[in-house]
Amino acid sequence: MSDYNFAYLDEQTKRMIRRAILKGLAVPGYQVPFASREMPMPYGWGTGGVQVSAATLTPDDTLKVIDQGADDTTNAVSIRKFFEKTAGVSTTEVTEKASVIQTRHRIPEAALSEDQILVYQVPIPEPLRFLEPRETETRKMHALQEYGLMHVKLYEDISQHGAIATAYAYPVKVEGRYVMDPSPIPKFDNPKMEMAAIQLFGAGREQRIYALPPYTKVVSLDFEDYPFEASKADHPCDLCGAEDSYLDEVILDDAGSRMFVCSDTDYCRSRRDAGHIGRMGELAA
Amino acid sequence: MTRDDGNLAVPLLQVRNVSKLYGARIGCSDVSFDLYPGEVMGIVGESGSGKSTLLNSLAGHLVPDRGEVIFDTRAEGPVDTVTMSEPERRMLSRTDWAFVHQHARDGLRMSVSAGGNIGERLMAVGDRHYGSIRERAADWLGRVEIRECRIDDRPSAFSGGMQQRLQIARNLVTGPRLVFMDEPTGGLDVSVQAKLLDLLRGLVREMGLSAIIVTHDLAVVRLLADRLMVMKDGHVIETGLTDQVLDDPQHAYTQLLVSSVLQV
Repeated sequence: MSDYNFAYLDEQTKRMIRRAILKGLAVPGYQVPFASREMPMPYGWGTGGVQVSAATLTPDDTLKVIDQGADDTTNAVSIRKFFEKTAGVSTTEVTEKASVIQTRHRIPEAALSEDQILVYQVPIPEPLRFLEPRETETRKMHALQEYGLMHVKLYEDISQHGAIATAYAYPVKVEGRYVMDPSPIPKFDNPKMEMAAIQLFGAGREQRIYALPPYTKVVSLDFEDYPFEASKADHPCDLCGAEDSYLDEVILDDAGSRMFVCSDTDYCRSRRDAGHIGRMGELAA
Repeated sequence: MTRDDGNLAVPLLQVRNVSKLYGARIGCSDVSFDLYPGEVMGIVGESGSGKSTLLNSLAGHLVPDRGEVIFDTRAEGPVDTVTMSEPERRMLSRTDWAFVHQHARDGLRMSVSAGGNIGERLMAVGDRHYGSIRERAADWLGRVEIRECRIDDRPSAFSGGMQQRLQIARNLVTGPRLVFMDEPTGGLDVSVQAKLLDLLRGLVREMGLSAIIVTHDLAVVRLLADRLMVMKDGHVIETGLTDQVLDDPQHAYTQLLVSSVLQV
């Protein structure tokens, strides 16, 4: 550990990132540019989230890293190991015990508290990107609150699919001001974003940080006659029987059998430990 | 025409000494005119005469070096659009103003369906009801003679003439009061041009639109414009009623221009 400065980044860089985080918290939903550093992992593996986590961690923190809700997938394991090695902080898989949670594509099922920080990995921070390719123009659109285009995207969804088919990275409006990309979380998680914990978003390649202070108002965009719906697979978890959690579909064979399991592995395990058992629960245990 | 009924003392648009320079070269110089509600003004001239520079300066796409472009806004009456704040100007350009580009591709979102293209301005001014947006999009498709079943097709699947009509529908859906048109019939074959002109004439009359049309095609202004302005080398060399200018041109260049048209 002594080979690295605490949490890999040098102190000047961490100060620079903290300034961006504070600015982001002061202007919720606004994308703050920052001088993103090269990290010892490829872009797309969470370089933005890792830098935000590195600037946020203290030696007393307990870190949890999840990827698509799971603690045991490649991305989560490698980032957890990275901070174990470079920061020497304790790590956990239990949501309630973590003080800093870095996440990719999910919000944990368990409600977070005021003493927790949730750090998102963001691939493309600009919600208007695929509608308006010019960065100069999208900045102007944010500045002038010209967000009609966002609804053009939803309009296209309805006209093609009969419903708003956007299922992840569903655009939200923050405190009635900035339209924000919530990173590719499923829209099932959108309502959870009005939470007690601090939420920080880091995009390494795009060099942007944005943030939501606790209890910030976050509204998912929709039409009056096609209201927002936080959808999930209409199924209970096959391992723990939970009906309120976001599910992954797992194909079991080539004869059409499948199972649905909680994408939040910690939530699923804690429920099974508490004695809840789903349709295939015993088989899996 | 409604021009003679007396209560329209305030011009919709007052252009005062507008000049735009490109370094030492003149884009357009010292242009002034008034445009009254319901009036269509044609600007003709050869390539490089400053027509498009002038139009873009008026529409806020270019910042003129000198001069005023005073628009009679609904809320505050006549306001100089050159010095107004950018949010106000952009608001104006998606509500009371419309701009029809020569190439439909410049004015359309090619990756968005026809209905979405028409609905964009509605959504930009706050319409959040899918059903009503779609209804108005269908209505406008009908008005520009595109069949309603094409509402979910992308403009890339449309012919050039249809794209141009779609662009017009997309611009007029919010009921603008002033339309800027830059060679609206350029690049279309003559029969399609004729249909488009017929359509435009109908819409202009029906909606009482004011319009400024830049073109090098004298037939277009003959058909659409009430008044005509002839430009050469960045200067206005002749103005007057369309028929007057075309039938009795005074300036040597205008005479040349009129006589260059092939009589079929």
